Amino acid sequence: MLESEFMRLAFATGAVVGLLAPAVGFFLVQRNMSLVGDGVGHTAFAGVAAGYLLGVSPVLTALVAAVAGAVGIEWLRSRHRAAGDQALALLFYTGLAAGVVLASSAGALDVDLFSFLFGSILTVTRGDLVLVAVLGVAGLVVIGLLYRALAAVVIDEEGARVAGVPVAALNVLVAGLAGVTIGLSMQIVGILLIAALMVLPVIAAGRVAWSMSSSVLLSMGIGLASVFAGLTLAYYADLPPGGAIVLLAAAAFVVTSILEAARSRA
Amino acid sequence: MPVAVELSGVGFAYRPGQPVLTGVGLTIEEGEFVAVAGPNGGGKTTLVRLALGLARPTAGSVLLFGEPAHRFSRRATLGYVAQRAQVGTEGPVKVREVVSAGRLAQGGLFGPLRRRDRAIVDEAIADVGLAELADTRLADLSGGQQQRAFIAKAFAAEPSLLVLDEPTAGVDAESQEALARLLGRLHDDRGVTTLYVSHEFGAVEGIVERLVLVRGGIVFDGPPEALPSAWHDPSHSHARE
Repeated sequence: MLESEFMRLAFATGAVVGLLAPAVGFFLVQRNMSLVGDGVGHTAFAGVAAGYLLGVSPVLTALVAAVAGAVGIEWLRSRHRAAGDQALALLFYTGLAAGVVLASSAGALDVDLFSFLFGSILTVTRGDLVLVAVLGVAGLVVIGLLYRALAAVVIDEEGARVAGVPVAALNVLVAGLAGVTIGLSMQIVGILLIAALMVLPVIAAGRVAWSMSSSVLLSMGIGLASVFAGLTLAYYADLPPGGAIVLLAAAAFVVTSILEAARSRA
Repeated sequence: MPVAVELSGVGFAYRPGQPVLTGVGLTIEEGEFVAVAGPNGGGKTTLVRLALGLARPTAGSVLLFGEPAHRFSRRATLGYVAQRAQVGTEGPVKVREVVSAGRLAQGGLFGPLRRRDRAIVDEAIADVGLAELADTRLADLSGGQQQRAFIAKAFAAEPSLLVLDEPTAGVDAESQEALARLLGRLHDDRGVTTLYVSHEFGAVEGIVERLVLVRGGIVFDGPPEALPSAWHDPSHSHARE
């Protein structure tokens, strides 16, 4: 399998995505914002379509659209311009509609677009890998450096605000990281399923984690294992990688739920 | 005594023509332990938000340790215990992690806690009687124990002002009184200016030196024993007695 260059590229990109998506997703899930990734994914779809229309890299335009969408949700939410779910709905439907209109205008409603929606291991190029590695590792470093601050906001947002912690800036940072993660992950997992990789490993880890830090690390471990196993399954069974990866992450939830039940009976 | 909080002629309205507070004058000296009580919707939480500089008054002025509250420069020295419904008690977080979050503003945003910060966190956990449970998940504790963890978080900031907003909501009467005794002891030991905000003040009547009742403005301000007898809450036996 790894003799093929496209699989080596897919695994290298997947390694970064498998670690980054749950690490960012953790801070969304703990703030009851699990579905933000879905909304941002749909703006990324509009970004891909805009890329086709403009004749520039769809990955870059999707990245820009995803970051703008994520920061937009956070702005609407924090300014109380819309309730969290309303802000999400606004972005979700506007992104999808804009994507369809732009893709249609570009004459790109075809198989290429389909590969962005559900992921394709054939689409990752060396240039993509460099982009994913640089931005992905930078994202992980930022999370590592600011972990205590991000955790403090999750634990008690109002208390952090009273103490002068820059809560608004940290929330925008998490939203921006969510946008970057989605932009980077769409080729491997697909726009429609990337949010699942940000959420399912976190929920699975939460069943057996004994602390917040262990939950983050377990989430990243489950994310990485799901991506590697999912890519392998996709290669040998000729499946879309996004579906295989997300089903394995869901299976991890079943396993950790059984472990939790067994532990509580012991 | 130096003044910790000073509100002069304060009014506040979320919408024009619908004032939540009018003509509020309140001075709290450093070291005082004050309960702010009143009915839901009476404006007590708004009053506290004004005092902490989280909202700006539509009339009057608010000073915090002599500085305009909304521009207060030493925010890291403010300890705040939010209502339980507003804090993350369901996630996989252990007591030590909750209390460590209280050191963030002092220790800086980046990197791990320093040794001195960790020692202060351990001391705060021990002070609220949770040393044995420091590595237990918050979700596995009772409501009263969870609230003690958040009080330890506030004390980990080594605060000059501690504000507790409805700290006993959803906690049974016995736990409320245990919490009140703990706060009384910590106040005696540390001398921190403390504002205890709650619609139920029975548990702290015997602990606080001063009771402020808020209903659109201040309708009572004095020692709890001066309160007309019909206003006392008979369900509490007064924690200090």
